[in-house]
Amino acid sequence: MSDFTENLKYAKSHEWAALEDGNMVRVGITDFAQEELGDLVFVELPEAGQKVAAGEVCAVVESVKAASDLYSPVTGEVIESNQAVTDEPELVNDDAFGTWLFCIKADDPSQLEALMSAAEYEQMIND
Amino acid sequence: MSDLKQIPLDDLHRSLNAKMVTYAGYRMPVQYPTGIIKEHLHCRSQVGFFDISHMGQCLLRGPNIMEKLDLLIPSALNNLAKGHQCYSVLTNASGGIIDDLIISRLENDLMIVVNANCKEKDFAYLKNRLNDHVQVLSDQALFALQGPMAKIVMVQLSEQACQLYYLQTVKTKIKGIQCIISRSGYSGEDGFEISVANHYAREIAELLLSFQQVKPIGLGARDTLRLESGFCLYGNELTDTITPVEASLHWLIDKDKRNFPGEKIIREQLQRGAVSKRIGLVVEGRIPVREHQSIHNSDHRIVGMISSGRFSPSLNKPIAMALIDAQCSDAILYAHVRNKKIAMQVTTLPFVTPRYHRRN
Repeated sequence: MSDFTENLKYAKSHEWAALEDGNMVRVGITDFAQEELGDLVFVELPEAGQKVAAGEVCAVVESVKAASDLYSPVTGEVIESNQAVTDEPELVNDDAFGTWLFCIKADDPSQLEALMSAAEYEQMIND
Repeated sequence: MSDLKQIPLDDLHRSLNAKMVTYAGYRMPVQYPTGIIKEHLHCRSQVGFFDISHMGQCLLRGPNIMEKLDLLIPSALNNLAKGHQCYSVLTNASGGIIDDLIISRLENDLMIVVNANCKEKDFAYLKNRLNDHVQVLSDQALFALQGPMAKIVMVQLSEQACQLYYLQTVKTKIKGIQCIISRSGYSGEDGFEISVANHYAREIAELLLSFQQVKPIGLGARDTLRLESGFCLYGNELTDTITPVEASLHWLIDKDKRNFPGEKIIREQLQRGAVSKRIGLVVEGRIPVREHQSIHNSDHRIVGMISSGRFSPSLNKPIAMALIDAQCSDAILYAHVRNKKIAMQVTTLPFVTPRYHRRN
């Protein structure tokens, strides 16, 4: 069974989001998502400086079999993407919760409140 | 959910922690915890065990059954000796492919293996054409043992099976259990396919999995292995509107043969050339291309479509098969993925050299 990290917020589209320093939101995909996708072979992450809106496609992860879009959980500006994952997408399979993909400076961090808690997300994937 | 069919060893795959998906109406193992890439590489280096019991198996029997089946396919069956197999296709009146299949000539009967997705359609068609000489083997499991060390495993189970060459078949026993074993497969490796009654399926599967070289492989890696080996997948490279000539399967058509469905169209295509051909593509860069994406030439003209696009674990890069304009001879073609132009090198198939145990 997937592990859940209590202090993260979760999107229906299986991203996790962590709030840091007041308005910085670090985003990755959940362990459930990496397990569903299988071995990742390519990731396309947003560039620093790119503006993104909450719910907008801002990254793509590709497994051996298929491509999946990732959505930004908040509106804001991309500060950084994780180059290590671009080089080695399998890092996400090894440790999905320990491997962030991109970091957004949120215009309004309270947008995260619309996301699910760990308990709610766990409930969703078990349904 | 209620219509989902189970293969006989559903519980075995669960105990191996397989991820199960729906495929062709069956709940099937798509991968095990090892993951597709490692499963794929294991099959290329050691031995993979595949449960392919979803596939359709049937016996064709009765007087003149060879001649009767011969009327439905473009290959010549009269050359098929006892104990040998051939790959062919069932064609429709327009020359399109109803399904691709392996035909085995046993001692008295023919045995065929068809795609899971097509089997109901195929069996109905064959029953209609062959007048009840069709015995569907619905209580029969099918396993594949594939990889360079498959013979090291098989030699401990059946001497007779080990004496087979590629595309030969024998009715024999493993530990006293009646099996039909052929030297064939869908991975490009040497290997065996084993048909056994459901009642004994678990015993045979557990026996095969007890060898340390053998690991279970799911449908995910089965697909990447077949793509690297240049094999067609029905629904992707082959459909009922694509002829064997258009899919570059000329080699299975007997040039002198008359009287099979779609013969006129197929013969004309053989003489004048078909509109399409099947090619391999190796992607430059890391972005995978996927089925249904259009292919362009350097003049931005659409010349074809990707039929199968996957990441190749052996080549460590994305590869694809495609059906393109038969006249197109460009060495580099392009696809567009998320507004990026992806260059692809046209290559001959297969991508990975097969290692069949052929008689020299």
